[in-house]
Amino acid sequence: MKKKIRWVGRALVFLICISFAFVFLMPTVLTITNSFMEKSEIAANYGIIFSSLSSGSKTFVSEEVNLKFIPDKVSFSQYKTALIMSPDYLLKFWNSVILVVPIVLGQLLVACFAAYSFTRYRGRFKEILFFFYIILMLMPYQVTLVPNFLVSQWLGVYNTRWAVILPGIFAPFAVFLLTKFMRRIPFSLIEAAKLDGAGEFQIFRQVCIPMCRSALYSVAILVFIDYWNMVEQPLILLENVDLHPLSIFLSKINSTEAGLAFAVATVYMLPTLFMFLHGEEYLVEGITYSGSVKG
Amino acid sequence: MKTKSVRAKYEVREKLTCNTFLLASFSGVLLFYILPFCVVMYYSVTSADISNHSFVGLDNFKTVINNNAFRLAAKNTLTFSFTAVPLAVILALGLALLLESKIPGKSMMRTFFLSPMMVPIASIVLVWQVIFDFNGTLNQFLTQWGLDKIDWFKSEYGQIPIVLMFLWKNLGYNMILFMAALNNMPRELIEEAQVDGAGRLYCFFKIKVRYLSPTLLFVTILSLINSFKIFREVYLLTGDYPFESLYLLQHYMNNMFSALDYQKLSAAAVLMAGAMVLIIAILFICESIFGKDVEG
Repeated sequence: MKKKIRWVGRALVFLICISFAFVFLMPTVLTITNSFMEKSEIAANYGIIFSSLSSGSKTFVSEEVNLKFIPDKVSFSQYKTALIMSPDYLLKFWNSVILVVPIVLGQLLVACFAAYSFTRYRGRFKEILFFFYIILMLMPYQVTLVPNFLVSQWLGVYNTRWAVILPGIFAPFAVFLLTKFMRRIPFSLIEAAKLDGAGEFQIFRQVCIPMCRSALYSVAILVFIDYWNMVEQPLILLENVDLHPLSIFLSKINSTEAGLAFAVATVYMLPTLFMFLHGEEYLVEGITYSGSVKG
Repeated sequence: MKTKSVRAKYEVREKLTCNTFLLASFSGVLLFYILPFCVVMYYSVTSADISNHSFVGLDNFKTVINNNAFRLAAKNTLTFSFTAVPLAVILALGLALLLESKIPGKSMMRTFFLSPMMVPIASIVLVWQVIFDFNGTLNQFLTQWGLDKIDWFKSEYGQIPIVLMFLWKNLGYNMILFMAALNNMPRELIEEAQVDGAGRLYCFFKIKVRYLSPTLLFVTILSLINSFKIFREVYLLTGDYPFESLYLLQHYMNNMFSALDYQKLSAAAVLMAGAMVLIIAILFICESIFGKDVEG
């Protein structure tokens, strides 16, 4: 009897979890499947919400909105429009790449050295400094908005890509996370390398970095996801709309061309999707390590 | 004696090399964050007159605090954060506890829960519009059940879809953090307590929650930070001037920025930073009192 109750309980838990999980997955699936719908189908399904979808044409618009997951007819027409007919999207995609890749690489490079320094020879000054980094990391973007703007003007990089890239490179998040990882490296290992006559730089390059390879990857994924979706920074630091990344541009076509928006969003999702599927373990590891402020 | 001094010299040199590693990051942080923030603090106590930045004390702060738009924004931001953050923490903990039990397909579910992280913000906004628009899917359901339609984004209910979006985006991340913490829980302790006849509730509140307290602290802080990031979505959904219930502090600051009113903006930024430091300090103190005998 008791065994049976336990079994029923477990089944119930499973049902709850799996239904929750599907609810969470739904918007992602919706974006992907709807990107394969034809323009007319999108207009028919969502025309009542985005009235401009069907204006002028004599397409059928259903009275009610139709949240549909499976397209009537799989078509690549939206992709064709997005990728071949209008070079704008590819250009914006390139803008995103050219902003985000230097930030991720730069932040990792700077953070590697800083984290190593925070790990070795921990003095009082450094502990206070590290605490500063944490506080800084926790500040909402609006607090750093004016500082970023001021600096970009001092340096004369306002309205150029550097205005976004430079503050990104020195953002403290990666330093924090990598320090967490590095502090777990057994001290004896470093001491052993030292006895073998290795200098600090050698220890850093030949002991520390190889041991942190998975950590670097997980930090890279987290930083990438964050900046790939940035909105505020370009809006404030890049007056020139031509330099804006796709993350902002995408939202502008939502109401006018929803179908296209789904296709472009799917394309935009590809890099994160790839990183996600390829490195989910690292991602989870990265999140896990971010979990302890102390230590 | 001589060898010792050579060794000491070596140590000093190595320490110096090690500290220079910090130089790039430190100067960057100084230049891009700390120094400009000092300037912001300076702005916040001077007058807007460009010819002579005269000291005006707390006048800017007074103007900002007495400003109706700021008050509305602060109220809305507080309401949002104080609903969304506790929900995100509690629900994520609940999910993590559920996923602790022996059920199949756990890793798949974990992937599903993390999937919101990779969806571009613009398409989240698109999906939310489809669901919560006046003619959207949700209102369709409501009318089917004979209820009145609600214009979600343009009513006092405006925060509900945003809270749901926040939960959808953040539960997975928080859940992973809790799952990791639960994994590191000393099993023997719980088993011993159970042998001693402790009930399930006792085990949960007196043992698990205590051991989770550092994680609880961190998840709370993280959710708080992310609750400020939801502005991106709200902005893309509703623009510069949304309905009253969705006018957040960030809207206020962005609009100050567009109006080039740096004095008020700086005062608001300093207030916000101060509030954040205060909240973080309170959370840290709570954690150190609550979880002090389990530090290890």
